[in-house]
Amino acid sequence: MILLETIVEPVAATGMYAHLWLMIAVPALSAAVLLLAGRVSDAWGHLLATAAVIVSFGVALAVFTSMLINDPGVRRVSLPLYTWFSTGEWEFGVGLLVDQLSILFALLITGVGSLIHIYAIGYMAHDARRRRFFAYLNLFIAAMLVLVLADNYLVLFVGWEGVGLASYLLISFWQHKPAAAAAGVKALVMNRVGDLGMLIAIFTMLALFGSSSFAVVNAGVAEAPGFWVTVMGFALLLGACGKSAQVPLQAWLLDAMEGPTPVSALIHAATMVTAGVYLVVRSHAIFELAPIAQTAVVVVGTVTLLAGAWIGCAQDDIKKVLAGSTMSQIGYMMLAAGIGPAGYAFAIFHLLTHGFFKANMFLGAGSLMHGMHEGVDMRRYGALRTAMKVTFWTFAMGYLAIIGFPLFSGYFSKDHIIEAAFEHNLVVGLCALIGAGITAFYMTRLMLMTFFGERRWDEGVHPHESPKVMTIPLIVLAVFSVGAGIVMNNWIQGWLEPALGVHPHELSLVPTPVGLLTMAVVAVGVALSWFVFGRGPIPRVAPATRNPITLAGRNVLFADQANGLLFTGPTVATAHAVDVTDRVGIDGAADGTGRAFGGLSAMVRRVQSGYARSYALMMLFGVLAVGVVLILSQLG
Amino acid sequence: MTVLEFAAPVLEWRALAPILLVLAAGCLGILLEAVLPHHLRFVAQMSLVLASVVLSLAFLVINWFRGISGVLAMGSITLDGPAYFLWGALLVFGALAFMVFSERRVNGGVTAFAASAAAVPGSVEEAESARAGREHTEVFPLGLFALGGMMVFLAASDLITLFVALEVFSLPLYLMCAMARRRRLLSQEAALKYFLLGAFSSGFFLMGIALLYVYSGSFDLAAIHDAVTASVFGEGLLIAGLALLGVGLLFKIGAVPFHSWTPDVYMGAPTPVTGFMAICTKLAAVGALLRVFYVALDGERWTWQPLLAIIAVLTMVVGITAALTQTDIKRLLAYSSIAHAGFILTAVVGASQIVPAGQATSAASIMFYLAAYGFATIGAFALVTMVRNPAGEENGLAGWAGLARKNPAVAGLMALFMLSFAGIPLTGGFIGKWAVFTAAWRGGYWWLVIVAALASLVGAWFYLRVIVVMFGQEPAKGTFVGSASAWTWIPVVIGAVATLWLGMLPDSVMQLATFAGTFLR
Repeated sequence: MILLETIVEPVAATGMYAHLWLMIAVPALSAAVLLLAGRVSDAWGHLLATAAVIVSFGVALAVFTSMLINDPGVRRVSLPLYTWFSTGEWEFGVGLLVDQLSILFALLITGVGSLIHIYAIGYMAHDARRRRFFAYLNLFIAAMLVLVLADNYLVLFVGWEGVGLASYLLISFWQHKPAAAAAGVKALVMNRVGDLGMLIAIFTMLALFGSSSFAVVNAGVAEAPGFWVTVMGFALLLGACGKSAQVPLQAWLLDAMEGPTPVSALIHAATMVTAGVYLVVRSHAIFELAPIAQTAVVVVGTVTLLAGAWIGCAQDDIKKVLAGSTMSQIGYMMLAAGIGPAGYAFAIFHLLTHGFFKANMFLGAGSLMHGMHEGVDMRRYGALRTAMKVTFWTFAMGYLAIIGFPLFSGYFSKDHIIEAAFEHNLVVGLCALIGAGITAFYMTRLMLMTFFGERRWDEGVHPHESPKVMTIPLIVLAVFSVGAGIVMNNWIQGWLEPALGVHPHELSLVPTPVGLLTMAVVAVGVALSWFVFGRGPIPRVAPATRNPITLAGRNVLFADQANGLLFTGPTVATAHAVDVTDRVGIDGAADGTGRAFGGLSAMVRRVQSGYARSYALMMLFGVLAVGVVLILSQLG
Repeated sequence: MTVLEFAAPVLEWRALAPILLVLAAGCLGILLEAVLPHHLRFVAQMSLVLASVVLSLAFLVINWFRGISGVLAMGSITLDGPAYFLWGALLVFGALAFMVFSERRVNGGVTAFAASAAAVPGSVEEAESARAGREHTEVFPLGLFALGGMMVFLAASDLITLFVALEVFSLPLYLMCAMARRRRLLSQEAALKYFLLGAFSSGFFLMGIALLYVYSGSFDLAAIHDAVTASVFGEGLLIAGLALLGVGLLFKIGAVPFHSWTPDVYMGAPTPVTGFMAICTKLAAVGALLRVFYVALDGERWTWQPLLAIIAVLTMVVGITAALTQTDIKRLLAYSSIAHAGFILTAVVGASQIVPAGQATSAASIMFYLAAYGFATIGAFALVTMVRNPAGEENGLAGWAGLARKNPAVAGLMALFMLSFAGIPLTGGFIGKWAVFTAAWRGGYWWLVIVAALASLVGAWFYLRVIVVMFGQEPAKGTFVGSASAWTWIPVVIGAVATLWLGMLPDSVMQLATFAGTFLR
């Protein structure tokens, strides 16, 4: 089952690889400069930050090129940096590992990151705290690169926490809005639950193998007791659920849309939220030996892809629709990653294409908001295709990609997943298929409500196209949304093979029966959506409804209520109980002790009379007491 | 009939150089006092003191790396691991304390010492010398003599040398205690009490030496050890001698019930001198106590362990209990130093001297404790000199209220030292407590460790109270933080850095202490 022999031992870093650390160091340094230099850097901070990410992208590109040039046997490169700490027999090094998997991620992070930095120059132009925003973005890039380039789980965890911090800082970037501040806290707290899973997994690894490095864990897992492998699998899955907003830890993602839109595009669509998928794929050796945990991954993925799609159908806030869709698409990736060797490459493939088309659409949404005075309610949009042409066309490319229109990027990546799901299990396959239909439904709804129909704009709103600094990244991303699939379709499996230990499937451009079926379902979804939303006028206020399905969708499947009932309520009650115990019981005991000793202290003070004669007498008594004790101890 | 002939002593000059340098500089300082005009004395004495201490430290380090050790000066001084470590610590803390001696800015341009110590307080003469801006620079040579005496005290390998060294370092201390510039009556009273009680305890000390000599026929610690292990009679003499010698040593440490001098003397003495005493005297006395009990009386440990265990408990409990209601920061620190003596005694009681390789002996753990305690003490007393009211130092805890708002740096550093005293993790105090408790536990005194842990729990209360007063209360009127020169700030900063260093990266010093943790017999 596990194809260890195909996993190539990493080779030492030379040449371009030796400069790998620059990829992380440059944005980290830039973030430090921007945060420490203060207002001095207000004028040029955003330019420095953008340059830093572009440099980072350049390094990634150079590394990628040298990997392409090199023999496949030496594409897995490790770069030990220094010993972090050693305790007892354990030694923890900080080291980087770049292989076929992590370089793709690095390219996505730095490439899309660069575009989003450029975009944000325009988007955040009038924000008083622009420099800080860019510093946090750089911090995020550095942390995310640590996450994907780490050669062991402990360093990965550093990046994991780093992106969590950056995510928190950026979600609540507009901290003057109570909703934004609350959303940041919510994301942080829910991610803590996932982090707990990560920690349990890492502790288990340390206990079992004495190391957290990928190489040691992958090699040792075959001999490890099955129970503990399953524990690690579930713990890692919990971590992945937190970071990737998978059910049951999904509730934070929609609130996270309170952050500025470039943040939503970069962190909460293209990169950070896919870290869970990366984690599962990177830990494939563990999951392959823990079938229960693997099944759990499939279940989580399937449930989330349907839940996200459901939410996407009922929201009116354009960013929240996209967030629901992000959940759903990551659900697809999780599903693929859980299927086993057959799905890894497709999970990563979809991750990359999704990174492009979702970033594209989020940035498009940002452009719309820019033109619509920060309005996000699609019921106040309509007929924007003429007012904002570039945004419309680029957005349309993303739309076609996500619904899986033939030859667009999502077509390849999503169809492979659906096919693999059918091969895995009929129910899972059907769910994935239905999910594709719903995706087509709600994305068409979004398109119709935003770009078509009549104008439902608020008074005084005059939509206009965004400046070039924002539209050019959109165009670039649109190109990728269209072309990334066809370019990578036949290449990615072979490329990832050494990293994942899986032999590629034969793929053909001719649609398979499942592919044809998918197209049909998608077409039904589009048609249904047009039937509902395309023909008549759309009310400017969401109509009241008693339809439980719609209500559940509008209320994000009552996740907040469920969390409140199941976790927040009991936690708050426990906190109150602890507080009361602390104040009455423990403080009481402590104060009582303090008072008792205070009384004793007053007595001791009285002995300290200040007279040398009484001191001398006390000493004399002391000597006598010493004598008595010694005599007694001789007798005893 | 033999004729007494004078035989010239054979001295290992190089090995003894650290002591000889300090004492010689003291003598030179007295000469300078006689020949230099007033206005040159301060700078000359200060430079001489610091130069001699640094030079002595350099010699010590060189000797250490050359591996020089053994019984020196015709059997009167033993240079072994603990002697090296404690000498080094004494010289470092001595240097830091002398820096605080040199502080003048915070005091309005003069040192903290009396303008004319011989003048009657409140007399015209006193007022005149104060107006003339005179100062007693004799305090520097006195400090050097005390330091030299302490060094000999903790390394002495015969009882006569031990006694002479005791007096050599005690007499200058009595004098220095009497030299406060302000509140001179209090200062003189403190000195007199210290002197009287010190003389009283010296009597016991000397009697103990005499009894041990009668018992063993020798003053030499190693010879006493042989007598203890070999002989079966005269047990009464041994125990009486042990008891009386122990009393003398416990007096210097400030263990209960021989502690009564400590609060009065700490409060009355000039604060820089209090800082010097609080660490250097304690360090020297603990060193000597360890040497006497571990080298000479090791064979009798079943006798003294229970006794010292009781004294340790008493010392911790009384020190901490009394500290709870103190309203004067110097008195509070005095009781705190008593409590710390108790914690140190727990490890003395444990007497774990043979331990697995790489682990700390009792002596090693105590040495680490002393280092951690010393840096925090030096820093804390230096900060005490900076908190002032118009009349001088503000020692009342009420005056410290809200200090954090007036000077966050001073309050924060004081809080750090308090946390170290309380044994909060990430400070040296925590590792020190951990080390001495481990040593006591390993020696089989687990109940003592439990008592000590509970005591330190209660003790945390009054250390935290200082922090609460500084950070949580409305600022007191009339108190301000004086502007101090580098002579105060250097010890404070070194103390703070070392406190954190010993708390976070204790390995280096712990390894050094472990390496130096075995006495030579």
